Amino acid sequence: MTVVAGGVDGAEIEHLEELARRIRVEIIRTVNHAQVGHLGGPLSAADILGALYFRVLRIRPDEPHWASRDRFILSKGHSSLVQYAAMALRGYFPVTELRTFDSPGSRLQGHPDMKLLPGIDMSTGSLGMGLSAGLGMALASRFTDVDPRVYVLLGDGECQEGQVWEAAMVAARYGADNLVAIVDHNKLQQYGWPGDSVDVRLPPQEPDELVAKWSAFGWRVLETDGHEMRALVAALEATAQTRGRPTVVIAHTVKGRGVSYMEGDYRWHSKPIDPEEFALAMRELGEAQP
Amino acid sequence: MMLPMGRPMREVFGETVSRLADDDPRIVMLDGDLGSSTKADIFEHAHPDRFLQMGIAEQNMIGVAAGMATMGLMPFISTFVSFAVVRPLDQVRVQVAQTGANVKLTAGYAGLFTGMAGKTHHIVDDISIMRAMPGMITISPADDVEMDRVLRWAAAYDGPVYVRIVRDATQRLFADDHRFELNRAMVVREGSDVTLISTGAQTPRTVDAAELLAGDGISAHVVHLATLKPLDVDGIVACAERTGRVVTVEEHTIVGGLGGAVAETLGEHRPTPMRRIGFEDIYTESAPNDALLDLYGLSARRVAERVREITWES
Repeated sequence: MTVVAGGVDGAEIEHLEELARRIRVEIIRTVNHAQVGHLGGPLSAADILGALYFRVLRIRPDEPHWASRDRFILSKGHSSLVQYAAMALRGYFPVTELRTFDSPGSRLQGHPDMKLLPGIDMSTGSLGMGLSAGLGMALASRFTDVDPRVYVLLGDGECQEGQVWEAAMVAARYGADNLVAIVDHNKLQQYGWPGDSVDVRLPPQEPDELVAKWSAFGWRVLETDGHEMRALVAALEATAQTRGRPTVVIAHTVKGRGVSYMEGDYRWHSKPIDPEEFALAMRELGEAQP
Repeated sequence: MMLPMGRPMREVFGETVSRLADDDPRIVMLDGDLGSSTKADIFEHAHPDRFLQMGIAEQNMIGVAAGMATMGLMPFISTFVSFAVVRPLDQVRVQVAQTGANVKLTAGYAGLFTGMAGKTHHIVDDISIMRAMPGMITISPADDVEMDRVLRWAAAYDGPVYVRIVRDATQRLFADDHRFELNRAMVVREGSDVTLISTGAQTPRTVDAAELLAGDGISAHVVHLATLKPLDVDGIVACAERTGRVVTVEEHTIVGGLGGAVAETLGEHRPTPMRRIGFEDIYTESAPNDALLDLYGLSARRVAERVREITWES
């Protein structure tokens, strides 16, 4: 089902949209600087991270280990740049630190590392693992005096991992209604199955396959446009009303969103960017100065 | 005189963790549908609210444990070695070891005694795997007494610990006043001709082998190495120096396990003639416990024979 927006004024929506734009700019600047890193997946998730870090999550950037904070796990850990950009803009660390990404001694590892960077609630990297950790956090609130909500962002390609469905099964069994999975459903994976030719790659799932699967596993399923900020915020906030079962938000997105030549092209999953491409990307994202 | 039988380590596991949980509200038990085999059911009866069934989904179970640990809980895992180490190896590595999670991988059915389950359940390379994993404390207790002490130690330690638990009753080596110290090669019998180093439930059988060897006029020095990671390098070197000959004896593959660890250590620090007794790059079969021990040369009688047959140069 889809959720109708409510309770967010237009000015805040515009503000969140601007933050998502700045997240995209920082992702591309960082990849341009490092000449390494993922683009397609971070860009498809930029609006989701913007909504979470600047609206939905109860967090304290100046107190990253605050016990009562909501938890967020980037299960699609290779999209680390979108989380780093969102965290930097939210004030966890200086935006200039993004320039250390993937360099020796950096806290900003290729995949998020909770041992290095305060504010990362769980290290990820191998796909399929984040939802299990999130379930552990959600269940732990039954034994502790904190009651966080736990949000886990998965890729749609990642949903091919068996562990995701182990976690989905057990979460429903425990009625973990403080657990939210968000699927960045950008319809492409790194390489995927070939389509009509080997240069055309098929989506990780059939249309509506994810809705059917999560529903069958006993989850409340919400669908939203993952780039339309008002709908996205409404869906994420509607998860708090779920009782007795976990919720998944299937966010329909476009891989590479925001840069015309990256959108929907699987080859931009991860690849360096040349100066002309960089300049064009900055122009399209409304940055006068790269 | 042979060592007496003790109680099954798995029963001690259920009882000791239950008792620890009486005083430690951080402890929860995650079960992979094997609680009636691992004896985590003892814990469930004592603390039903803190026993969480995770179903036959071990990769998820390990991840849940890691997530719980970040919230200040101390999960113990109830499953077999095959499903605590081998099946969810990437989850153990990424979510537990790399994060330093306070998760206790208390794994049952270690070694050959699996109720005749055979080679799928005979995980005989778990020490090799776990001791290669940075941050993973790896302990193989000798008997039921030491099992209790190791579990108490693990609960007092903040970080990942892997404990090998044997299904069936094995021989008792230690008296009630036994104290477990991490990372200590413990001399359990004094001797002068050859040093036998063992771990886990093999150690009591190796002590019995030393008794048999004594009847043949061979004085064996026996060392119990409960902690495989970290490794007591000084202790291993000292016991090698004592006799100048070393034989490792393990209910485990000789590739990378106890024998591998001792060979690495002596090769670097004190080259010493040595032999490794254990599984020699094979898959094992299902049979009654005593038959398996004889078949693979790990009963006291067979160990004594094999040590006796060694021709030492010089």
